[in-house]
Amino acid sequence: MTSSFPIDRIRADFPILSRTIHGKPLVYLDNGATSQKPRAVIDAVSRFFSEENSNIHRGVHYLSMQATDAYDRARERIAEAIGVAAAREVVFVRGATEAVNLVAHGLAERFQPGDEILLTVMEHHANLVPWQILAQKRGVILRHAPLTPEGEIDMEAFAALCGPKTRLAAFTHVSNALGTVNPVVKMTRLAKQCGALVLIDGAQAVPHFPLRIAELGCDFYLFSGHKVFGPDGIGVLWGKWDELKSLPPYQSGGDMIERVHLTHSTFREPPERFEAGTPHISGAIGLAAAFDYLEGVGWEAMHAFEQELLAYATERVGNLGGIRIIGQAREKVGVLSFTLATAHPHDIGTILDTEGVAIRAGHHCAQPLMEFLGLPGTARASFAFYNTREEVDRLVQALEKVKRYFD
Amino acid sequence: MDDLSDLYQDIILGHNKRPHHYGELNPHTHEAEGYNPLCGDRLCIQVREKDGSLEAAGFTGEGCAISKASASIMTDAVKGLDREGVAKKIGEVLELLTGREEPVVDLMEQGDIAALAGVRKFPPRVKCATLAWHTLAAALSEEPRSVSTE
Ligand SMILES: Cc1ncc(COP(=O)(O)O)c(C=O)c1O
Repeated sequence: MTSSFPIDRIRADFPILSRTIHGKPLVYLDNGATSQKPRAVIDAVSRFFSEENSNIHRGVHYLSMQATDAYDRARERIAEAIGVAAAREVVFVRGATEAVNLVAHGLAERFQPGDEILLTVMEHHANLVPWQILAQKRGVILRHAPLTPEGEIDMEAFAALCGPKTRLAAFTHVSNALGTVNPVVKMTRLAKQCGALVLIDGAQAVPHFPLRIAELGCDFYLFSGHKVFGPDGIGVLWGKWDELKSLPPYQSGGDMIERVHLTHSTFREPPERFEAGTPHISGAIGLAAAFDYLEGVGWEAMHAFEQELLAYATERVGNLGGIRIIGQAREKVGVLSFTLATAHPHDIGTILDTEGVAIRAGHHCAQPLMEFLGLPGTARASFAFYNTREEVDRLVQALEKVKRYFD
Repeated sequence: MDDLSDLYQDIILGHNKRPHHYGELNPHTHEAEGYNPLCGDRLCIQVREKDGSLEAAGFTGEGCAISKASASIMTDAVKGLDREGVAKKIGEVLELLTGREEPVVDLMEQGDIAALAGVRKFPPRVKCATLAWHTLAAALSEEPRSVSTE
């Protein structure tokens, strides 16, 4: 184990980690659903409300200018953290789901009947359903790249599915259910060769490793703040300037307009064009604070620590009888999905909960993936850099309890 | 007994391991599919009605121990009942699982159904236990349809 990683100090930064559940210390292994928040984020949000709260872009008074400034700085800070040069390419949204909807809504008019959208079978519902609705409206054909038995994208099939009719490829960077890290640069290059636009769902990638989004080659990249140790209700849609500029508004109202007449209006440029109404100001500030915090911990060290933890967990859990690990990609983040021969994932989840161990059980909002794998669901332990080997041991003990009931 | 042993009583675990009347019921007169969108559990309940009462009931599908055991117990419990009896039984079980009052369970009278009461201490799992019963009600309704416990 990386002995230099100051795990005790880091855990102390997350107040909730010292809670007990059913009288036992919480073992939080549901980071894929949402992550816990460090004191730095909680304080940044609380400080904003205590000292700077005001609406933005509208007041001439001091507080409003301060709040506007804080909101704009948050955007710049986040742009820098995710490796994009221009803050104006960073649109604040509610989360990954809203970001996909915004792009699907904006692109809809461009599709002709017979055009194709290339997806993969491992997508979260958030990156499936908006495209299904678009496809039904516009007569678009959806294609889905299959997976290898290890849970990696079948790249040969993916390449074969990219064709002259492919207008858009939309795929996840990291699978929420399997932990697979997809070769997004290569996938982007293949799709671009066919002239397709490329959208990457980074909801499960951003929490795990450092990113230089502008270097990936895609047109759109998106993620949710709550999964990356920031507040809920805030997320980011990044788009290449020209692509963002070519999209029509998503919602309309105040703040996104240039000039309003009684019967028509003109719209501002991105990002404001897509941020109708009062935005989630404190959320943006909290998310910027999350990136500050993560850089303070050090992305490389965090990633290395989590990888060692994943290896340890894979070995310990894998050695239990009757366990099948679902998703054995060569490159993974800290996600361990598994089934137990004798117990259904929900029964596993309930018994683990009585031991204070929080995991996710079910289809992980990826029903087509479960169908593809022929599984009703899995149990999923998803790790963050604040989890420990001792917590993996607690998971294993709790699984032994499940086996005592069900084997 | 602690709450967990209350939930996973031997009766429940037994029905889960060796469910009664699992499989397609042929011929059948009524059927419906029940689905819990939150967890993806899916049950198909089939019954055969003859001379005004349920001659047989069977089920197929995927689910957790609680939903499977509940379906298995149900197929035993409703056999031989007439429509009124089935409706009464469904009402009693739903009350047992979801009623506000702590239920008084009569082991003698309720049999294996009593074992389902352990689910009350696990609110996220109540829907697993009610799924089969809602689905049976749907199968016997005027317009059989799929039901969803959301
Ligand atoms: C891969 C992936 N995409 C999209 C989402 C949707 O994120 P949100 O619910 O925050 O909009 C999730 C959340 O689970 C996810 O895991």
